[in-house]
Amino acid sequence: MYQFDWFVLPFAVGLIYLMIALFVTYARWIKNLPENERKKVRSGLFSIKSIFAVKEVFLESLLHRKVFKVNPLLGYMHMSLAFGWFLLILFGNWECRIFYHGHLSPPYIPIFFRYFNPHPETFVYERFFALLMDITLLVVLSGVLLAWTKRMYSRFFGMKKTTVLKPGDKLALTALWVIFPFRFLAESFTSANFGGGHFLTGSAGTFFANFLPTQYLAYPAWWAYSFALGLFFVSLPYSRYMHIPTEIVLIFLRNYGVSEKKKFSTFTKVEINSCSRCGVCIDQCQLTNADIKDVQSVYFVQSVRNNNVNSEKSLNCLMCGRCDAICPVGIDIASIRQASRYHQSIQKENSFSYINDLGVKMADVIFFAGCMTHLQPTILKSMVTLLKASGECYWFMDEVSGICCGRPMMLAGKEAQARELIAKNKAMIVASGAKTFVTSCPICYKVFNEEYDLGIEVLHHSEYLLRLVEDGKIELTSQHQKAVYHDPCELGRGSGIYNQPRELLAYSLKLQSVSQEARQGLCCGGSLANIKINNTDRKKITYEAINLLTENNPDLLVTGCPLCKKAFAQLSPIPVLDISEVVSMSLVQKKYYVEMDEGYQSAKHVESFAEIQA
Amino acid sequence: MKHVLVIGGGVAGMEASVRLSQMGYAVSIVEQSDKLGGKLNRWHSLSPDNSNASDLLGKLKSQIHQGIHKHLNTEVLSVIKNKLHFVVGLSDGTDLKTDAILVSTGFDVFDAQKKEEYGYGIYDNVITSADLEQIFRDEDELKTTSGTAPKRIGIIHCVGSRDEKAGHTYCSQVCCITAVKQAIEIKEHLPDSEVFCFYMDLRMFGRKFEDIYRDAQVKHGIQFIRGRLSEAFENPDGSVMLKAEDTLLGKPLKMNVDKVILMVGMIASAKTKKIKELLNLQIEDDGFYSIADTHYESTKSSVPGIFVAGACTGPKTIENTINDARAAAIQISEYLKQ
Repeated sequence: MYQFDWFVLPFAVGLIYLMIALFVTYARWIKNLPENERKKVRSGLFSIKSIFAVKEVFLESLLHRKVFKVNPLLGYMHMSLAFGWFLLILFGNWECRIFYHGHLSPPYIPIFFRYFNPHPETFVYERFFALLMDITLLVVLSGVLLAWTKRMYSRFFGMKKTTVLKPGDKLALTALWVIFPFRFLAESFTSANFGGGHFLTGSAGTFFANFLPTQYLAYPAWWAYSFALGLFFVSLPYSRYMHIPTEIVLIFLRNYGVSEKKKFSTFTKVEINSCSRCGVCIDQCQLTNADIKDVQSVYFVQSVRNNNVNSEKSLNCLMCGRCDAICPVGIDIASIRQASRYHQSIQKENSFSYINDLGVKMADVIFFAGCMTHLQPTILKSMVTLLKASGECYWFMDEVSGICCGRPMMLAGKEAQARELIAKNKAMIVASGAKTFVTSCPICYKVFNEEYDLGIEVLHHSEYLLRLVEDGKIELTSQHQKAVYHDPCELGRGSGIYNQPRELLAYSLKLQSVSQEARQGLCCGGSLANIKINNTDRKKITYEAINLLTENNPDLLVTGCPLCKKAFAQLSPIPVLDISEVVSMSLVQKKYYVEMDEGYQSAKHVESFAEIQA
Repeated sequence: MKHVLVIGGGVAGMEASVRLSQMGYAVSIVEQSDKLGGKLNRWHSLSPDNSNASDLLGKLKSQIHQGIHKHLNTEVLSVIKNKLHFVVGLSDGTDLKTDAILVSTGFDVFDAQKKEEYGYGIYDNVITSADLEQIFRDEDELKTTSGTAPKRIGIIHCVGSRDEKAGHTYCSQVCCITAVKQAIEIKEHLPDSEVFCFYMDLRMFGRKFEDIYRDAQVKHGIQFIRGRLSEAFENPDGSVMLKAEDTLLGKPLKMNVDKVILMVGMIASAKTKKIKELLNLQIEDDGFYSIADTHYESTKSSVPGIFVAGACTGPKTIENTINDARAAAIQISEYLKQ
């Protein structure tokens, strides 16, 4: 018969309640996954994928490697709590196993080991475990201390803002904050009464015994410890700490290939419940530059969880994906936001029946400019120049009139309308017999690449132009200007194209790097995904982005998106060029922007690179 | 004898100087360029009477006599205010003591390259209203880049005005009537041409403006299309395809024209921003100077002893600029008599 005392009940009841609650919740979610996703889970379960998942759980859920990368102090806080607690349980169980000669013991025994066996002199490893447990407890306590500090002074953690709490969170948070201090006190008092403990609890026990009646305090302290644990377990499913077990489920599902869909799914539930609300996404969000403070991903995810997403949270977002890039849990926030837009919008069909076909031309290569490129005639001219120079047989599909690619509709959640446009465009592309589809707009690129299923290669013009250069179809001259390349959101984070534009630009310019680039690239502020923001706020975002991009005083700002170019050109003190313009200028001398008047006055056109001051 | 410094020698600055001088004050004008007259130097004819801009300029200049001290090619470098005076340092080395300052830094023409989708500076056959005045002034003919007379001309209203994306939400006042005036002038030069004006709405607020607009339609056959230009596209032959929506018909529209004229608006001048810093003046969101009272003290700035006149407090016709300058002269004289 194992040792028992009534004080273990709050812990035991809490633990049983938590296990049942988690089992019921997860079983329901997994049951509600669509059949094909369940199939992925079944086939993944006994494959190497599970091993990858276990590795990821260890690195992310316990060690919090990604949080460390973003912010070492915040990372240590999460690691000391998660990994420290894990080690306490692990070492506790280990100690128990050895102590009881390999017999299994009920889960409360390792947790309250010191109460039942304060100073077992017969136990050979007593000193070793006392030391080990004290070290681990100290690590956890340091994490608790940091958590207290963070709540009160988030700036110490390099964070401008931290999250706002709900009542359920406050209860769980309070319980979590007192669990380990109570354990510390309980073990210290017990050590004062019976000996045992090491440098931490042992010394603290001796210290407390000087002025406290520890013989009366030890037992209530064990009750308090057990009660805090029980309270934490019971409140966990209703608080943000649900993220602790759920992140593990998420990691496994993700490794099995389950992903977000166009509508909310049970995977969405797993994702939103995995959010620890660490708040890393708040500072990352460029809307904070325009003082927009209540729509950031952490709040959006919270509103999805509470079933009260409003249009502001859903639509006041640039969809730049910077929060996705930094999220330590790797939640696919952009897809969830996109799905929320789908649920909010009214789906209509057949609204574009009046659009006529444009007339198909047979060609090897199709060039699709898109509406945004049409607003930037210099890009059009450059692309036509380059296509002609390459000698390829091309069709400028939307030269005179064009059909929208469908992406703006998608971003507004209008799936059915987008599908109609996609069908019309697709029919023409297929009929042309082209083998390569090129677009100079990353917004178009993303939708052609992901939604059209064309069966031919879809290239961003930077990829295509790079190929032309590598194949020797066009030749570039090297220039001496220093340039910064800005990663458009839809091209970089949206489509994973970071290197090709840089490789291409390196043929003609000296590329500088900036602190915020590639996966951390900035949104230009022009994003058409945000249908709530006003122009003044957009300009604040653009202005801040330009300041960061020009931090090393480049001669030129180069981008690969006509919308980004348009946004930057309004406020930039240096010339802003599309990548095709740079290539075209390196090929044949053309007219371009340069030289700013003071302030916001715009750049003047010049004839060539020679006129851009280096 | 009390002294007034006038910053900016355009229409407002010239007229105010003359009036102040007549009232018996010593006046100095600081002008950044090499001649007085400001933007009027670049204009050919004026609405609504089609009078010559150079005639008006001559009239204004003829009144500027020896007693008015001119500092051409000069900038204001520093201003210090003591109890009695402003001490102003000029780039020509002069240090002036003055009792009052009139700021008449005017406007800048909106840079049409900022609306890249209209193709100014990219498509050769796209010009601005200011360019067209220059052509008329030089007694040149309006020609396409291939040297032929344009058969179809598109005139685009509100370029850089009433345009939130361009950063200027206000109306520039003079462009609507200028468009009508230039359309008629084009028809007079090229009777066989077709002229189309693309407008959002026509603001014919001045006396006789509406009559001229009517004549443009009835007598000259100029066509007015309600719809803002969305983008311009250059055809291989150099002609320009305009894409817009005819909002009266509710249909998208495409039109090929041989020449496009952009009616560029007025924006606060770069000088306005500079002088604002030197004098601690306030400007509003539109970039123009704040005034003490819209109705009653439209030429008084936010700083005692400093006055403002002309287009530096918002777009104005020449008529209103001249009246503003005279009002400023009276207000300055009242201030100096205190």
